[in-house]
Amino acid sequence: MSGYPASIQESIKKLERTRTLRLTQEIPRLSFAEREQLLKACHPDYRVDSIKEVRVGANQGEKLTNNLVDLLEAKSRIDPDRVDLTQIDFDVDVLVIGGGGGGISAALVAHENNAKVLLVTKLRLGDSNTIMAEGGIAAATQANDTLERHFMDTIGGGRFQNKRDLVEVLVHDAPFTVEWLKDLGCMFDTHANGDLVVSFAGGHQRKRVHSCKDLSGMEFLRVVRDELYNKEIPILEFSPAVEILLDEKGQCAGAVLFNLETETYIIVRAKAVILATGGIGRLHPNGFPTTNHYGATADGLVMAYRAGANLLHMDTIQFHPTGAMWPDQMLGQLITEACRGNGAHLVNKNGDRFINELETRDTVSSAILREVLDRGNGVKPPAKGEGVWLDTPLINIRGDVGKLDRMFAGIIHRFHQYGIDVRKEPILVFPTQHYQNGGVEIDPQGRTSVPGLYAAGECSGGVQGRNRLGGNSLLDIFVFGRRSGKNAVDYLQTAKVGTLTLQHVREYHHQLDFVGIANNMQSPLLLPDYIRDEVKQRRYN
Amino acid sequence: MDEQLVPIYVMGKHYQVPEGLTIMTAMEWVGYKYVRGCGCRGGFCGACSTVYRLPGQHKLMVGLACQTTITPTMHLMQIPFFPNPKKIYDLEKVENPVQALLDIFPEITKCVGCGACAKACPNNLRPIDYVAAALRGDWEKAAELSFDCIMCGLCASRCTGELVPHNIALFVRRYYSKVVRPKPQQLLNRNQEIREGKFDTSLSDFAKLDEAKLRKMYDERDFEKI
Repeated sequence: MSGYPASIQESIKKLERTRTLRLTQEIPRLSFAEREQLLKACHPDYRVDSIKEVRVGANQGEKLTNNLVDLLEAKSRIDPDRVDLTQIDFDVDVLVIGGGGGGISAALVAHENNAKVLLVTKLRLGDSNTIMAEGGIAAATQANDTLERHFMDTIGGGRFQNKRDLVEVLVHDAPFTVEWLKDLGCMFDTHANGDLVVSFAGGHQRKRVHSCKDLSGMEFLRVVRDELYNKEIPILEFSPAVEILLDEKGQCAGAVLFNLETETYIIVRAKAVILATGGIGRLHPNGFPTTNHYGATADGLVMAYRAGANLLHMDTIQFHPTGAMWPDQMLGQLITEACRGNGAHLVNKNGDRFINELETRDTVSSAILREVLDRGNGVKPPAKGEGVWLDTPLINIRGDVGKLDRMFAGIIHRFHQYGIDVRKEPILVFPTQHYQNGGVEIDPQGRTSVPGLYAAGECSGGVQGRNRLGGNSLLDIFVFGRRSGKNAVDYLQTAKVGTLTLQHVREYHHQLDFVGIANNMQSPLLLPDYIRDEVKQRRYN
Repeated sequence: MDEQLVPIYVMGKHYQVPEGLTIMTAMEWVGYKYVRGCGCRGGFCGACSTVYRLPGQHKLMVGLACQTTITPTMHLMQIPFFPNPKKIYDLEKVENPVQALLDIFPEITKCVGCGACAKACPNNLRPIDYVAAALRGDWEKAAELSFDCIMCGLCASRCTGELVPHNIALFVRRYYSKVVRPKPQQLLNRNQEIREGKFDTSLSDFAKLDEAKLRKMYDERDFEKI
């Protein structure tokens, strides 16, 4: 019995009838100009209420993602006058903030280079978007591929807005990064001779995504986390950073942490700080559901911004084309791009394709939105929402009967409990918030504009331009995690930290007052708020 | 309110919640704000392990709070943490892997084959089988059987031999992937080329191309076939 309601079964029949025809159908790629036109018409970034002007700080006068601006214009969670900065709880060389792949790899490399490291994280070590990444890691490792091709695809994918020097090191370090992960014992998909299997992701001209089934990020994360434990690097869990500490010369000098359970603050002095705090998904930009983990609340952006660092490309958000649309329990959860990379079509309610499935994510998402919102070709289950089909049975038809079980066991498992066999039936999908394209601007060393403050991974900006390609994020976190770890240690040689201060927070508050901003919010947010109003109304304190 | 409300019992306490929610969204619906016991919300991270029973049934059920739809009248409790000590090892120094397995995880021989672990796995894995494969030195089998493990720790919470199966599995997979499998020669060749500077000039020259030229090349790319 199908897990789909009867009212949309007819549309599945249409999809089955067009399969043979679709297999012979070539949908040409859009030119760059055609893509720009589609994005401007349909991408959520171009909705009028998507962005607004930020009135204080390094990006003052620029328009950034709405919900982020609210947090940037909020007050600190702490009163700088009440914090005793002479009571130092941890005194280290390098403080790493964030427990995903970027933070862990930075800590490993800093430790390997003989620094005294402390890694702190908001939830458990490993609670991150890394662990949810399904597809894999991009690198030009094949004989038919070159670093230049990977460079070109990444820059074009980012709409030519990426910082070129960052992309250069990204693609250069990529094959080394894959080897590093393999050497740590990550279980890559391999051919019998040991060579790694590669797949397509949208916008790449070659197959270059290296996977570990459909749990690539989880495999990388659990391995690097295990290695972090083996090196006995100190870790503080459930202790998010809430402010960066500077010294009187404006150099980064540590951070104030918050113990989520005892609700007390912790002072860390450090000669260098690496931010690896991830993305913004749990702020739900444009009201979309998200693929992101519970803690993705842009904390790092807020802290770095108050400390004086500038942000880049924070007016652009990535919506992944294929978030689950049905069942409701899975709304917005990621269906990996590797499905399309291995031959699954996107199909509207009439059984027709409407875009080359291996276009970049911004393009495919916009095409789905156009199909559903503008052309009325969405599949509409009862209750709420509309979507289009992702024809997963094609993966076995185009490959072999065991391919889905071999490569997408996680997806099969998750849908099975709702009575949907993705080997026989398609998946109903709709775009879902997935990635923060921009972030704190960095250079190829991982440095931000604040001396001693580094950033790596999703919280950093410039690498991915205005749209990221699949496979380039697991790459980004390890390339720039490791680079920032190494460069922070090099910086230690000459770093001299002075007296700890939160003066920058005081001044930021003064600026807010001066401009007349009082939005009654505090930031960083730390955790999203999913409590219903009806419940809040009964909280009388 | 037109939603159909059904009873659930959170740590023994009765609540009425809308049908069709997951355990996680039901907890939030009644007013819980998670600090522990919530991670990826997508079934990958093992933060939200939950045990529950249905009235009149002796069977102890397990599930991830983010992935399990509520059953009316269920009695549930989340297990956000379980003390599973992590053994320290250096993978580079492992010479005799079966011996290393016994040295690092001596408790592995205490597996009595009861199968409680398999009943406790929310991902339907059978730790009993991969532990047996590891003890036989069948690395490939142990690695494949354990690959989907999300390290939630429910198996360890039920193990009568007091093993921590998921940590054993991770050691096995790492050793298998690093040492047992043949080397990825193609990757090693590419890295050799990069180290020898094969791409140094071509890449930096390419990165300096003006945007108009790059755009033209971008539109003219020749895509590999799927």
